[in-house]
Amino acid sequence: MPDVVLRKLIYSVEDVFHEGGPISEIPLRRAAALAIIENPFAGRYEPEIQGFMEDLKPLGLRMAQKLLDLLGGADKIEGYGKGAMIGEAGELEHGALWHAPGGYAMRELLADSNAIVPSTKKVTGVGGRLDVPITHINASYVRSHFDSMEVGTNDSPRANEMVLALVMSTGARIHNRAGGLAAADIVGKDGLR
Amino acid sequence: MSAKIRKIAVNIEETHREIGRAISPPTRKAVAVAVIENPFAGAYQEDLNELMEIGAELGALLGQKCVEALGITPAQAESYGKSAMVGENGELEHAAAILHPKLGAPLRLAVEKGAALVASSKKMGSPGQVLDVPLGHKDAAYVRSHFDGIEVRLNDAPRANEIMVAVAVTDSGRPLPRVGGLIHDDVIGKDGLK
Repeated sequence: MPDVVLRKLIYSVEDVFHEGGPISEIPLRRAAALAIIENPFAGRYEPEIQGFMEDLKPLGLRMAQKLLDLLGGADKIEGYGKGAMIGEAGELEHGALWHAPGGYAMRELLADSNAIVPSTKKVTGVGGRLDVPITHINASYVRSHFDSMEVGTNDSPRANEMVLALVMSTGARIHNRAGGLAAADIVGKDGLR
Repeated sequence: MSAKIRKIAVNIEETHREIGRAISPPTRKAVAVAVIENPFAGAYQEDLNELMEIGAELGALLGQKCVEALGITPAQAESYGKSAMVGENGELEHAAAILHPKLGAPLRLAVEKGAALVASSKKMGSPGQVLDVPLGHKDAAYVRSHFDGIEVRLNDAPRANEIMVAVAVTDSGRPLPRVGGLIHDDVIGKDGLK
């Protein structure tokens, strides 16, 4: 399998203090890590691509660890998500290679992360944006933690590149009040409730 | 008085390759953005002093955020820039009041020295619009390798009554500078130009 050829790493952190309502003493924090890498399968149909998932694991761990550092440690993380943008010389299936290593990396570093990592992917041009979904790390049905973070950068993905994204958050939407399963009521066995 | 901040965002960008060449160590830029309430949205206000004070506060806060995000000492900062985007109920002059009278001095403290003019840009805008923050060498405006910029945008800002204020700091110039001119190592750093 080909090497992972990294062109850029981008990290974004947001602290949200309010959204028109009461100002929270503890801001909601979201962070995203983006890696812009060469797509080793760009420009042709390649039937066998699965080996690249293993190659991506160290990069995934590096990105996940950086997110923990930016957000103050594993015990602060309550939500996560992942995504990929594939440049136009690639195909959607190439983005699907990020599912296993991206999810593995975050769950490896986070205790009590039974929930599936929500994800999205698309083929797009340079400057494309991706709305990466976020859900609670231990119970997908926790309604307060359904969120998302928009990511992207002006010079990526080039035609033969992929943008790989991991996102984490430290809590609920800043003024969450839409009911549903609360984080305090999580059973934490099946990843759903 | 102080800024009513809704949100702070910090982006860090590392370039490891450029046109197929490895960049080692990677060039790095950070941009920190505060989304604040515009106290003068909706009506003409003659005295903009409140925004000038907010500028001073944000120059320190956002400058420190950038330095911290890059994990450098203030002295290791090499270039900087500042920008503001004003939501539709404000006016361009609000951006000028934040950026120009008082933001620079505390920013210079955050990056140590800073003899050069802080490059700037401003515009009116709406949620999701792009703000391009210009970058120039902090001690000598003529350093050609450090002329650059960084783009920032937030999908939810600036709302009509808000202002987005951005400060960018780097620890390096462009990835593969080769257009000549004054270089970083030859900076005198006294007059802000050379």
